[in-house]
Amino acid sequence: MLRLSVEQLDAIHRHAARDYPAECCGVLLGQDAGEVKHVAEVAALANLRREPQRAAEFVPLEDPGRESERNRYLIDPREQLRVEKGARTRGLTVLGYYHSHPDHPPRPSEYDREHAWPWYSYLIVAVEKGVPRDSRSWVLSEDRSVFQLEQLEVANVVTHAQVSRGGKPTPAQ
Amino acid sequence: MAVKVIIPTPLRQYAGKQESVQIEAGTVGEALSGLTTQYAELRRHLYNDEGKIRSFVNVYLNDEDIRYLSKEQTPVKENDVLSIVPSIAGGVPSLNAAAGSILRCICS
Repeated sequence: MLRLSVEQLDAIHRHAARDYPAECCGVLLGQDAGEVKHVAEVAALANLRREPQRAAEFVPLEDPGRESERNRYLIDPREQLRVEKGARTRGLTVLGYYHSHPDHPPRPSEYDREHAWPWYSYLIVAVEKGVPRDSRSWVLSEDRSVFQLEQLEVANVVTHAQVSRGGKPTPAQ
Repeated sequence: MAVKVIIPTPLRQYAGKQESVQIEAGTVGEALSGLTTQYAELRRHLYNDEGKIRSFVNVYLNDEDIRYLSKEQTPVKENDVLSIVPSIAGGVPSLNAAAGSILRCICS
């Protein structure tokens, strides 16, 4: 379960609205208590896809003509290193990352899955015509085959508590 | 020479749940190879089938990306810190996001 406050979710939504129609991204820092990941801080990070040449240093560009910050996000690994170091000094760890899906549902895409890591929470915000709507958190299965919906608890109010039937993973698509 | 390798949270479960591991090594490659010998489960997450570091894995020697040093041949010194930084990337299902929203407008 991922637990965060109304204010933290608001901050993520404001970032998603501000960067629309581009995808926004940021990091979730906090403490891992086993069953529950407690978010202590959320931090907005730049989408490196705004700088295609730099982005190409880190991920292969599949279709440069159509890939942009409007449909892709990438976090600068140097920023990650900086954020992780700072977090460690405050006793926090990286619990996961958030990003927005402009005019798309808050479900991971196949591209998301191919680039994801197990254990991290991937919080996705759907932004419809500039307005943040639904947020869902997902965790990649250990064999990397499927994203599973993660329970998201906002300020002690459980929302989006969709539990997959029979304990089977909820396919992302 | 012992270097400290910082393990990112998703991979700690494959490294005895440790945040960092001390490895005796003379180069970055030796450090990573020593790490994956000690923790075999880490190997598939760090290397591809050809035995090369996966493209979605970034390795920093102190504050420098090893891509811009001598990659895996980069020498390491006592007390150096190697950080494994997983690439974080993704995007919407359709590459043509604008076309997608137009289609939805037509349909709804």
